[in-house]
Amino acid sequence: MSVLVYTENWNGAFKKSAFELASYAKATAALLNSSAIAVTVGKLADGELEKLANYGIEKMITIDEAAFSGFSAQAYGATVAKVAIAQNAEVVIFGNNPTGEAIAPRVAVRLDAGLATGAMQLPTNAPFTVRKRAYSGKAFADFVIESAVKVITLTQNSFKLIEQPVAISEENFDAEIPANAGAVKVTDLVKASEKLSVNDAEILVSAGRGLKGPENWGMIEEMADILGGTTCCSRPVSDLDWRPHSEHVGQTGKVVAPNLYIAVGISGAIQHLAGVNSSKVIVVINTDADAPFFEAADYGIVGDAFDVVPKLNEALKAFKANS
Amino acid sequence: MKALICIGHVPDTTSKIRFTDDNTQFDKTDIQYIVGPYEELGLTRLLELKAEIGSLHITAVNVGLPEADATLRKALAIGADDAIRVDADPKDAMFTAKQIAAVYKSGTYDIIVTGKESIDYNGGQMAGMVGELLDLPSVSGVSKITSDGSKATLERETDGGTETIEATFPIVISAGKGFAIEPKIPNMRGIMQARRKKLTVIPAVEQAEKTKTSKHYLPEAKAACKLVAPDNINELVRLLHEEAKAI
Ligand SMILES: Cc1cc2nc3c(=O)[nH]c(=O)nc-3n(C[C@H](O)[C@H](O)[C@H](O)COP(=O)(O)OP(=O)(O)OC[C@H]3O[C@@H](n4cnc5c(N)ncnc54)[C@H](O)[C@@H]3O)c2cc1C
Ligand SMILES: Nc1ncnc2c1ncn2[C@@H]1O[C@H](COP(=O)(O)O)[C@@H](O)[C@H]1O
Repeated sequence: MSVLVYTENWNGAFKKSAFELASYAKATAALLNSSAIAVTVGKLADGELEKLANYGIEKMITIDEAAFSGFSAQAYGATVAKVAIAQNAEVVIFGNNPTGEAIAPRVAVRLDAGLATGAMQLPTNAPFTVRKRAYSGKAFADFVIESAVKVITLTQNSFKLIEQPVAISEENFDAEIPANAGAVKVTDLVKASEKLSVNDAEILVSAGRGLKGPENWGMIEEMADILGGTTCCSRPVSDLDWRPHSEHVGQTGKVVAPNLYIAVGISGAIQHLAGVNSSKVIVVINTDADAPFFEAADYGIVGDAFDVVPKLNEALKAFKANS
Repeated sequence: MKALICIGHVPDTTSKIRFTDDNTQFDKTDIQYIVGPYEELGLTRLLELKAEIGSLHITAVNVGLPEADATLRKALAIGADDAIRVDADPKDAMFTAKQIAAVYKSGTYDIIVTGKESIDYNGGQMAGMVGELLDLPSVSGVSKITSDGSKATLERETDGGTETIEATFPIVISAGKGFAIEPKIPNMRGIMQARRKKLTVIPAVEQAEKTKTSKHYLPEAKAACKLVAPDNINELVRLLHEEAKAI
């Protein structure tokens, strides 16, 4: 038996999310007295294999990317399911991200497995139970998976990295392309900017309609730079095209769980909170002491962003210079 | 062309969430139910496509109890041509997907549209499951669709960037943000017409459940927010560093 985890690589390199998934897979394997195996599509750069071994992965299954004509949920799903069967996997783990969302349900059907998406913590066994996000972050639910094989997607930033180096072996596996997979073809990919993505950032500086217009985002970007984080925004801000849609967080945008979420000029509507209330620490800066966001915040400043943010940036710069 | 749009019957986005029976059951008291926000975008865009292509028959489908009829009527009022309700409690994703796959097989549809995720259990799994059950390609989290009626061009946001995808029918897609700009609100005429449109109720097909929800939890109440005076910014930096260990 094994626990299989799908770890995405980017031009052959892993991101932190892959190490989080590896740590989670290893811990799940420990719970079930089995071993953790990873699967990836595309050739890994030198040294990447060892990085995953550092988090307890004992075997890496590599699938040649050339066999696929771009990403296809159907072909990737069929292939990963075949790997799972070959490796006798009892649990298959994906990230709760666009790739996992596309593949995991297809793998679950192929393996006749129950699926729990958006896991927040390690499963417990007998019965196999996964705590997941529900009601768009307004609640959690314990999902009992009753099938022999279980499929889970893990919410990013919800499990800690656990270093525990092991020896790792590598195996190649042939892609499985269903006959009609050619009906969808990726014809173009506009690469995301090199900027740290909203999902990957541990510190998010977010701003809302309180900032009045896109020309005022310089100080928000500056704060994100000082803190080594990235920027995001409320929905009206992206609807108004003040900021790119990829920055929209909330119920209908990205769901995030950073270590620190700083909200400037955002009222804290329930749909906004739904996407951010799993953040570990929340700071709110708002002129209105009655803004609902203060109820969800750990720290707050009742004040004008145009006065507070520049001062805070100076203080953070001084702090960074001394630390 | 014929489209099947999967309509979830979900609590309004402003709902306060509560549970009963030792946190095992969702408390439906005072809850307003709506068409899921993503499938609302899906339906809106299908109606635009109908105008662009010239002919597109749109069937709204829900797997649910009789209480979901009102939500299906809302989909009809927005503009769906007819509706099907599979009469069952949609407790498990695989069960629900199996019902939708059965409805697909009972007709001749070119495209199945679901929402990116439901806003109750946030599964985000229906499109992939239905696709796999029917051996059809699926594209999830689609942010844009154009079509001439014989093929479609889709866009999808991934962590790697924005993919453009050429697709032929039949296909399953899930509608994400951007699929339509603003959801279409039903007007008086739509509401009047919806009353006369066909809503067929059919029995469920057999499918064992794979998952069960055993218990719910509400997020722990936060300790009161610590307020820092705007002229005492260094104190906030100190708290974030020493107390919260966030910087
Ligand atoms: C179905 C549905 C889904 C939705 N999904 C989302 C979602 O995913 N994400 C999302 O964000 N919203 C979502 N919304 C919208 C949500 O309800 C709110 O309308 C939105 O979050 C408000 O954005 P805001 O706080 O930026 O703007 P506003 O509500 O306009 O708030 C601006 C805030 O800035 C403060 N302010 C003004 N001037 C200053 C200043 N100089 N300094 C400091 N503070 C200042 C004000 O006091 C106010 O609190 C959704 C709504 C619906 C109906
Ligand atoms: N009971 C249901 N009846 C019809 N469609 C559903 C049902 N549940 C979910 N869906 C559709 O599947 C999408 C994704 O749901 P989920 O996988 O549960 O997050 C929703 O946005 C709906 O379009």
